[in-house]
Amino acid sequence: MERTTIDLWVGIFVTAGLIGLLVLALKVGNASSVRVSDGYTITAQFDNIGGLKVRAPVKSAGVVVGRVERIGFDNESLRAKVTMRIDNRYEFPKDSSVSILTYGLLGDQFIGIDGGGDVELLRDGDTVMLTQSAIVLEKVIGQFLYGRPPEGGSGN
Amino acid sequence: MSSAVVRGLRVVGRLTVDGVWRLGAASRFMSIVLLRSATTFRRFRLLIDEVYFAGALSLIIIIVSGLFVGLVLGLQGYETLKRYGSAEAVGTLVALSLVRELGPVVTALLFASRAGSAITAEIGIMKSTEQLSAMEMMAVDPYARVVAPMFWGGFISMPLLAAIFSAMGIFGGYLITVVVIGVDGGAFWSQMQSNVDFWDDIFNGVIKSIVFGFAVTAIAVFEGYDAPPTAEGVSHAVTRTVVTSALAVLALDFVLTAFMFTGV
Repeated sequence: MERTTIDLWVGIFVTAGLIGLLVLALKVGNASSVRVSDGYTITAQFDNIGGLKVRAPVKSAGVVVGRVERIGFDNESLRAKVTMRIDNRYEFPKDSSVSILTYGLLGDQFIGIDGGGDVELLRDGDTVMLTQSAIVLEKVIGQFLYGRPPEGGSGN
Repeated sequence: MSSAVVRGLRVVGRLTVDGVWRLGAASRFMSIVLLRSATTFRRFRLLIDEVYFAGALSLIIIIVSGLFVGLVLGLQGYETLKRYGSAEAVGTLVALSLVRELGPVVTALLFASRAGSAITAEIGIMKSTEQLSAMEMMAVDPYARVVAPMFWGGFISMPLLAAIFSAMGIFGGYLITVVVIGVDGGAFWSQMQSNVDFWDDIFNGVIKSIVFGFAVTAIAVFEGYDAPPTAEGVSHAVTRTVVTSALAVLALDFVLTAFMFTGV
């Protein structure tokens, strides 16, 4: 097939478009944080999840190890039930504790896992017993103003 | 009195029936184009020519406007964000606004006025000078020979143009905030990278540009093919292409945004 200048320009155009896409994918977005699709799920119950949202990161020692998959309400214990999907690469002892933390003072909320010392590891479908709820700023301010001791709202 | 009411009702009814009729005709037209586009991919030459016409020739306007949109976003974002002491977040602001909204939408609007109007005019004039009828006389299918390559050329070009627009816009934002104003470059990129997700933001933006590309080129080829074969008819068809595409793009953008970016 004979080559014409049009071919050249179309080639330049298509290359530029693909480079644009590639730049967006590699330089602008974080393709590395592809959804944790294969991983195991663990659940935990909280007294109060504050503003936690589905797909919020689950971090341990500051490293993202998973995502919040589902947030529900347990009718029997009257507590929030949070399901997290943890990447298969990461393993945690059975007595690890999870807490709801905040980026800065007013930022988004995420879940932090603190590893425990147990020999057995958390498996798919396990429930984490040690949990610490979100700190609700209004409650903290209220406690400060009225000088009341914390009313057992945080953790168990 | 009552005759005026009846006349008003008649106008509303005629406009409604006319609109529904045109929608049906456009759907039938597009299904014919899609069914007969196998030839387009067998005769690759035709497709290349149309990609050149709709895409490569639109490069300059897309690059220049992308750059300027990025410059303006960077300036405006910086001025507002620095009041809250978070000028570094301007990278996130520029990148998210571009890949989610401005990239696909502004590209589609520019594409409709640059390439869509030209497609309509070309098909409309071919029809009014009876070139399309002449093809049919020679047993050449005008759908497969003229309409389908134009449609696919525009359809392929649009997502590529939108990606170029977004990339150029982010480059523009980088130029003005990091190079000119002096925001820290590392913070600019790292904030952007940690807050822009590949699937949620960039991939959804690409889906948007594909949908807009389909809508704009489909409207352009239909208006051209449907144009009354007169000079006035073609000029009205070109106007309608630009206006209808702009409205369709903005309405579709709302629907797609409601689907994509309002997760709980």
